[in-house]
Amino acid sequence: MFAEYTASELTSIFAMQGFAGLILFSVFVLMALGLAIIFGQMGVINMAHGEFMILGAYITYLTSNLFSEYAQNLFSGYFFVAMLLAFMVTFALGALVEWAMIRHLYKRPLDTLLATWGLSLILQQLYRTVFGPREVGVTLPDWLMGSYPLTDMIEIPINGIFVMCITLVISVGVYFWMFKSRWGGQVRAVVQNREMAGAVGINTEKVDRITFALGCGIAGVAGSAFTMVGSTGPTSGQLYIVDTFLVVVFGGASSLLGTIASAFTISQAQSTMEFFLSGSMAKVLTLLVVVGILMLRPQGLFSLKIRK
Amino acid sequence: MTATSMGKDFVLSVEGLTVSFDGFKAVNDLSFYVDENEIRVIIGPNGAGKTTVLDLICGRTRATEGSIKFRGKELTKLKEHQIVHAGVGRKFQNPSIYEDLTVFENLEISFPRGRNVFGALMFKRDKEVIDKVHEIAELIFLKDDLNKQAALLSHGQKQWLEIGMLLIQDPELLMLDEPVAGMSVAERKLTAELLNKITKDRSVIVIEHDMQFVADIANRVTVLHQGKVLSEGSMDKVQNDPKVKEVYLGH
Amino acid sequence: MSYGLRSFLPKNDMINILLLAVLIMVIFPLSMDIFRLNLVGKYLSYAFVALGLVLCWGYGGILSLGQGVFFGLGGYCMAMFLKLEASSPENTAIQSTPGIPDFMDWNQLTALPWFWEPFHSLSFTMIAIIAVPVIFAFIVSVAMFKRRVGGVYFAIITQAIAAILTILIIGQQGYTGGVNGITDLRTLKGWDIRTDEAKYILYFVCCALLIGSILVAQFVRKSKLGRLLVAMRDKEDRVRFSGYDVSNFKIFIFCLAAAFSALGGAMFTLQVGFMSPSFVGIVPSIEMVIFCAVGGRLSLLGAVYGTLLVNWAKTVFSESFPELWLFGLGALFIGVVLAFPNGLAGVYSTYVEPMLAKWLKSLKSARPPMPSSTADSRS
Repeated sequence: MFAEYTASELTSIFAMQGFAGLILFSVFVLMALGLAIIFGQMGVINMAHGEFMILGAYITYLTSNLFSEYAQNLFSGYFFVAMLLAFMVTFALGALVEWAMIRHLYKRPLDTLLATWGLSLILQQLYRTVFGPREVGVTLPDWLMGSYPLTDMIEIPINGIFVMCITLVISVGVYFWMFKSRWGGQVRAVVQNREMAGAVGINTEKVDRITFALGCGIAGVAGSAFTMVGSTGPTSGQLYIVDTFLVVVFGGASSLLGTIASAFTISQAQSTMEFFLSGSMAKVLTLLVVVGILMLRPQGLFSLKIRK
Repeated sequence: MTATSMGKDFVLSVEGLTVSFDGFKAVNDLSFYVDENEIRVIIGPNGAGKTTVLDLICGRTRATEGSIKFRGKELTKLKEHQIVHAGVGRKFQNPSIYEDLTVFENLEISFPRGRNVFGALMFKRDKEVIDKVHEIAELIFLKDDLNKQAALLSHGQKQWLEIGMLLIQDPELLMLDEPVAGMSVAERKLTAELLNKITKDRSVIVIEHDMQFVADIANRVTVLHQGKVLSEGSMDKVQNDPKVKEVYLGH
Repeated sequence: MSYGLRSFLPKNDMINILLLAVLIMVIFPLSMDIFRLNLVGKYLSYAFVALGLVLCWGYGGILSLGQGVFFGLGGYCMAMFLKLEASSPENTAIQSTPGIPDFMDWNQLTALPWFWEPFHSLSFTMIAIIAVPVIFAFIVSVAMFKRRVGGVYFAIITQAIAAILTILIIGQQGYTGGVNGITDLRTLKGWDIRTDEAKYILYFVCCALLIGSILVAQFVRKSKLGRLLVAMRDKEDRVRFSGYDVSNFKIFIFCLAAAFSALGGAMFTLQVGFMSPSFVGIVPSIEMVIFCAVGGRLSLLGAVYGTLLVNWAKTVFSESFPELWLFGLGALFIGVVLAFPNGLAGVYSTYVEPMLAKWLKSLKSARPPMPSSTADSRS
């Protein structure tokens, strides 16, 4: 399939597709980080994670409308406000969901899957009722438009660079929060032995609630970033949930580095193949390879050999 | 090791057994031998690798190096259920029984027949099964509770039930991980009686912390420390070994 | 022999199965027109899937989110045969390549793909309906269970497989009919399946197969294998160290569930007259889990009633308040999981049965009280 292209064309194709893949990678990483915290650390399967992301996207859309209506002169900065709002709202909803639903199901992980699927249906219908069934898009401020020409044939869109910077900042933040802070230690203590953690004075309920809410909050930020690369509809989130779960499982559920590495592999593979095959076949092939590898190596790419 | 050449005379010979978890050697170049009809007790401080040794023998954990021979048969290459078929039975530390089933069903499932898919579909609860279940239930003091759901048993009764589930398979080597943990004094006495009865014509490996209980049942004692044999011999010999005192009192 | 029969079909279970048979084979046909009855027949074809899920999820603890795959494979096998019969050279004379299905012609295919060829034969098709999904289930489950992958991971992988198959079917329009599926099915060996009379007959065939499947499932449930599944769900290691190769039992039950689903898929195609990827993917697969959960994940008959009830509600709601349906379905998922993990069957055995017993007792109040029988939510 490479025969009809020259070498320099191929280089450009790979570079451009690689970059397009990097934007997909950013969305995957942000989605997967939240999921990796909730699934990897708490063992809860949040099937509504995509809907939390879309909530963030809708909030970004609302903020952009609000700014263009009432504060046109501040429009260039709306995106930062939107991200903050998206985080806060999804965080709050996450805390509410944990309190109302998840905390009753910690001993039944498969049931969290069904209950959160129910939640995702409700949220989807809610979006449809409130925002209408059609997909909406946001207007980007001028400074995020355009692209930066690297060579004659390779151009890098500025919003892509921006999304990647956000991803980088959040990933580093999550890393420090999970593995370097006292809080992260408490989360891991609760996961490993709930009773014991409670006995040594950790407020396990609070740890659970904030961890879950934080995972949802990161999904909200992912939604903000998502508006730059795709349009937002009631069911947009559902399209990503399976991919994101595969990213997390493929990376080895409890490894942050693994999550990022597997998001990179999957998004790059898909994006590169998309140029040569149809989009759907690229996706089929990517998923097939991932499922195939998972069958051979169920513990994921990165995981420790542990005593059971 | 001089004993290597006579490996076949032992029921179980463990030689040079090592397992490492990411560099940490939970069991390190361990060798020991169990005789016909011997009751061997393994003691040692927490983290000495006692449970890991049982895990290795029954195939739950795979050895990094070394060999485990049971009646001349290498166990390290076999799958868990094949090791059971070879005649090794193992009781877990926490009573591991099927809470949703009755005592009768618990014992029946352990009855060594119909162990493949087709056999399980066609399994019939015939007289042989029923008689055997009653016989074992009598032995483990549960003959009046056969139709009780297992979840409703007391902790000690659950331990007995699991022992019964092993007995019904009539293993040649029985491995018990802390069989009297969490039992009342009366239950301990009954358990010691039970063990004395059931160990008559088989070899047994027991892990136990209760020294009085150990002294009651053991032929020989192996003391493990940091994955290695620290001392081995009769209870008296082991108790007076300065190395053992050092480990138990020195930290 | 009578002992064997009684242990596999105790009196209570036999009465309950008979009641179901009377309901679907006598009461429904007498009280509904053929349009409604055909709809019930469609629901009953989902009940096959729910039945498989009771064994595999309720008993075995293996949650598959990809049962739509097997339903779809069975349905597609049936549809391929019917489509080939509907695409005889005479029927398709106006196409640029007569004798191949219309969607292939639209997609510029000029010859029948090789994997369509054997579906000219009805006997091959009948075997393939069961064999294709079961072989597929076997490959997936051997790969997973021999490596001790279970629980959540298994659920996610089966879900991914459902996604892959849907994308593949939609993407390969020329070979599969794409997003519309395989439509315009007409006859089965010359017998027109679109007439009212055919729909009646197919409905009864569907009922008979369903009752047959329930009996097979009942046999498995009451055999030692059924108790082993319960034991494995609770303490897998103990079963393994009692000398069983645990993975084989899981593979068996997963394949059996796949076979039930495939049968349902084939009956769906016959009764509804088409098959499309919208019955294969993630959404229908999870919906089928909720049918089973509503009925009670441990109850074979509950699964059938649950399927009927949820689908009836879906039809009523989406006819009159289409917006409310998703809210209702979502709430159903959450409510069942949080409040009634054992579904209708659980409610029945905890609330209704004791009330019935009380009522019966008060009728016979002159007699001394009988010892209360323990509630069994698993029938």
